[in-house]
This record gives sequence, structure tokens and C-alpha cells, in this order.
Amino acid sequence: MNSFYSSLKPCANRVQSLRDSSALEREAQLRLFSREIRQCVLQVIHGAGLGHVGGDFSVADTLATLFGSVLNYDPANPHWADRDRFILSKGHCSASLYSVLALCGFIDPEQLDTFAKPLSALNGHPNRQKVPGVETNTGPLGHGLPVAAGCAMAARISGAAWRTFVVLGDGELQEGSNWEAIMFAGHKGLSNLTAIVDRNRLQQGARTEDTNRLEPLADKWRAFGWEVLEIDGHEFNALYDALAGKRGDRPRCVIANSLKGKGVSFMEDRVEWHHKVPSEEQFKLAEVELGGAA
Amino acid sequence: MSANESSQVSPVPLFDCRQTFVETLIELAQADKRIVAVCNDSVGSSNLGAFAKQFPDRMINVGIAEQNMVGVAAGLANGGFVPFVCAAGPFLSGRATEQVKADIAYSNIPAVLCAMSPGMAYGELGPTHHSIEDLPWMRAIDNLVVMVPADPKQTREAVRWASSAGKPVYMRVPRFKIPAVTPDDHGLVPGKADVLREGRDITLIAIGTLVSRALEAAGVLSREGIEARVLNMATVKPIDADAVLAAARETRRIVTAEEGILYGGLGSAVAEVTAQHCPVPMRMLGVTGFAPTGSTEFLLQHFGLTVEGIAEASRKLTSSVWM
Repeated sequence: MNSFYSSLKPCANRVQSLRDSSALEREAQLRLFSREIRQCVLQVIHGAGLGHVGGDFSVADTLATLFGSVLNYDPANPHWADRDRFILSKGHCSASLYSVLALCGFIDPEQLDTFAKPLSALNGHPNRQKVPGVETNTGPLGHGLPVAAGCAMAARISGAAWRTFVVLGDGELQEGSNWEAIMFAGHKGLSNLTAIVDRNRLQQGARTEDTNRLEPLADKWRAFGWEVLEIDGHEFNALYDALAGKRGDRPRCVIANSLKGKGVSFMEDRVEWHHKVPSEEQFKLAEVELGGAA
Repeated sequence: MSANESSQVSPVPLFDCRQTFVETLIELAQADKRIVAVCNDSVGSSNLGAFAKQFPDRMINVGIAEQNMVGVAAGLANGGFVPFVCAAGPFLSGRATEQVKADIAYSNIPAVLCAMSPGMAYGELGPTHHSIEDLPWMRAIDNLVVMVPADPKQTREAVRWASSAGKPVYMRVPRFKIPAVTPDDHGLVPGKADVLREGRDITLIAIGTLVSRALEAAGVLSREGIEARVLNMATVKPIDADAVLAAARETRRIVTAEEGILYGGLGSAVAEVTAQHCPVPMRMLGVTGFAPTGSTEFLLQHFGLTVEGIAEASRKLTSSVWM
């Protein structure tokens, strides 16, 4: 067993305390939380010898903000009917989701050591039947947003106050199913729905703009009836304001401009770190950069 | 009276099962606020007009967008609703296959996927609108129950069962008019074949449109001295292996008949059981390829999916000497 995991201290009630904190205090706490998430991801991917570290790191600050200061959830009762729904549409970044779920008390941190091992609950892509806190099985791209739109529709029909958040990779916006859902949610004015685009501008093989251009991305969402906020996806106060801020009568798209591999200098903005696994030497360097080892 | 003469007289009423479907759905929705309908601009073709009128807030029309339709249904189920997804079979099963797999079946979401106008119900509209591949496609997806009700009674019972089954279900809802085949004292038991006629010489296993034709063929064969057992295999998956094996052991020959492509449908499902546990000679009747232009009845005849087609296949099988 990797002693890193046994040293972790899950916290099930970050959200309430950070909501009531000053912006300065919240930012400091979320920074610590996201550092812990990246440290976990590094261990998980190093231990398994596979994963998608680049996208895990680009989305870590968004996940920290959501699970640290925005979402209503109860790890002791993961199916609580009034919980906010969170869907990671870019399911290949499961290592970051599992790390967050472990750090928030949904799963035992030591379970992270089983990631991708034979018969582990922690499959390469998340499975809702095996992992509490997972709402729908993602992996194939373009699936999360339609399901999220259905969740938002369910809350509206039943008059419930819970909200739905979905994180999409930017590359997956090339999937047509997303635009079906974007059109639907815009048409219905699903103001209880927030889609966060992890805009790291790199997909598996190359830059999004060189592969199949997404820009002008904000204009596209706006044309489909969404409110769009473009922010720095590594700026905690901007993330908090965009995700927790007051809502109008439209679904909200937060384009979180991010860096693939954020947090480890030699991984940042480099396409090969989509799913490259660090060597022993790189692992140690990354540990140091993430503040996890002396 | 020959089979040909009997087909010219229509002694029994014929039913479009969409009517029973929507009546049942409305009954359920009146009693259970969790029931919602999701469709792809098919309020009319899915015959959901009366449902939409009574429950406007529970009729979610996503427009012509089948992938989103199935994803939205999964989300509605996540939020506590029981979605009945209604769309023409070819587009539900074909356009949204991966959503059915990942969002519904693999996620184990209790949604009811209702394939309207299945098989070759859209006759002259051609192979783009025929849903002949749906049974192989849906049967290949783990965790998904696949049903083909054969008349109004079975349609009603399938819809009722699926609404509270708590598991993913795909069901065809027949549009092509068919007679009632289920006796009053028979009920639809999911996973169980309905034995409509006993026989010892051969077994005819049929679904949907072909059940009434198989029954009629059994009558023709009986007059020729061949006693055919007839099974209505309304649950294609999981198939009733016990009934198939009993048929194989006791009647030693099986003919299957379905309004669907022969690669992987009912016939294949039956053969998967017999080939491994009790090999017997079989004939599989179904659609052999993309259909030419024609009405549903014309196409059924074109592919030999008729009383005479079933009877002739049975005669050949019972007279084969290599048994």
C-alpha cells in the first residue's frame, strides 16, 4: 500500500466552511485542496502506469472549486435526492474525479491505490454503480451534457432547488450530441444548469484549433441561448464567482481557460501529456513541483 | 379451406398497438407522477397527443435529436422520473445506440425505450426507415431487456411491467395492424415464452407480427398431419432458454419467424441456445437484406414472412431425412 494515501485526511464539509469564508481565505483553502488533488492524481497515474494526467491537471482547479465551495452533497448519503448533480463528461479524467471523491469522503483514499487494477471499482472511466458520487457512466465523449440537461429538466419539472453542473473537455465539443443538448437547454432556458468547458486548447492529437476549430466558442454558446462567462480556469475567485454567482433565466456556460498539465512545468501545454505516464525521474520532479516531496 | 382462402377473409379485428400503448401510459401517468414521455418530434407518430394534452409538463419533446433524447431520459431518471422514450425504431436504436449503451444500459438506468413503428412498418418509406437491425443491436447490449409484444394485451402488460421493472428496457411497439393472439387466461411473463399451441412434431417460435401467422400456419400444418407447437417469444432477451430447450428435446425441429434481419435476431438467439445445449435442425425466417419498395404487407410476402412461408419451411424441415 502506498503510504501517501493513508496520510490523506478526507474532509466531508469543506463547502459550508468555505462558502462562509472571505474570498482571500477561500482562495487559500481551494489552492491547498487543488494541490492535494494534483498530488493524488500524480500518485494514482504513477501507480497504475496509465491515465490522462494532462486533462486531470487542467481541470483540477475547477473540481476543487466545485467540491470545495459550491456543490451541495453528502458523502454519507450519496443518493440524497436534493444533492446537486455533478457530471464529469470528460470521463477519461477519472483520476482527478476519484481523487476529489476520496478527499471529500465518498471513497476510502486507500482505494485510489487500486485505480485500473484488476477488478477495481475505479475503472479507467467512472462507473456510477461502483463509485459513490458518480452520477452517470461517462467515457465516450459527448454524453455528459445531454444527461445533465435531463437532470436539470427533472429538477425543473419537480420544482426542486438542486442544481446540475457538468464539466466538458473542449475537444469533445466536436461531438454533435453536445450541440443537440446545448440547443435543447438553451431552448428550455434551463437556468439550473451550468456547463464548464475545460478550455485547455489541446485534444489527444493536436491543438483543437488545428484539428477542428471551436472558435468563436463563446459566440456559439451565446447563439444557442446560453449565458457565457469566459474566465481563467486556474483563478479560484473567478471560478467561484462563475459557478456560485447569481443566475438569470438561461443556462450558464463557463469557459474556463486552462493549461493542460497545469502545475508541472514540463507537462504544461504539451500535447503528449494527454495520456503520457511519467517516468520515475519525471514522477519525482513532478512530486517536488507539486509540493508533495522534499 | 386453404390457407390462401383464409387469408382473403378477415375474420378477426386488427390492432395498431400504439393506441393501447398510449392508453396504458396515460393510466400509469395518472397514478404515478414519475412517469414522463420523451420524444424526438414524434408526438404524432408515437401517438402521444393525448398524453401531451393531459400532461404537458411531462411531455419532453427534444426535437429531432435522438442522442440528446436518450441522454435527457437518463438525466430525468437520475432526477427520480421514469422516462418512456418514444421514437421511431430505426432512429432510436440506430442514431442513439451509444447513448443506449452508456447512458442507459451500462449506467443501469431504469428507462423504457419504446421503438415505435418497428420492423418494416414504414413500408414504402424504405430501408432508411425500416427498423430491422434493432433486435441484433439492442440484444448485443448487456443489461438491457428486449421485448416484442405481439398484440394489444401484451403491449399493455409490457408497458405496465416496464414502468416498475427498475431496469433498462427496450420494446417494440407495433404499428402494422395485427390480430390479438394472447388468450384471456395468458399473461405476459417477462423472460417467459407464451405457449400458444402444443405440438410434438415441430416448434414455431415467433415474435410480433409473425405470431399470428405462425399460429395460422400451425392450423394449416395440423390439417396435413403435422402438429406444431407455437411459442410467442415476446421477451427476446433474456430468452426463455428452458422453453427453447424443451421445444428442441420434445419436437426436435424449430422454425423461427421475425420481422427483422436474420443476422443476430430471434433466430440467432434461439440457435445460440440449441447449438450449445441441444442441436436440432432449424429454419430461420426473417428479413434477408435491405427491402425493395413496397407496402409492409408486400414486403412481408416478399421475404416469405407469411402463413404459407412458415408452413412450407415447416414441411421441409419435418420431411428432411437426415434427422
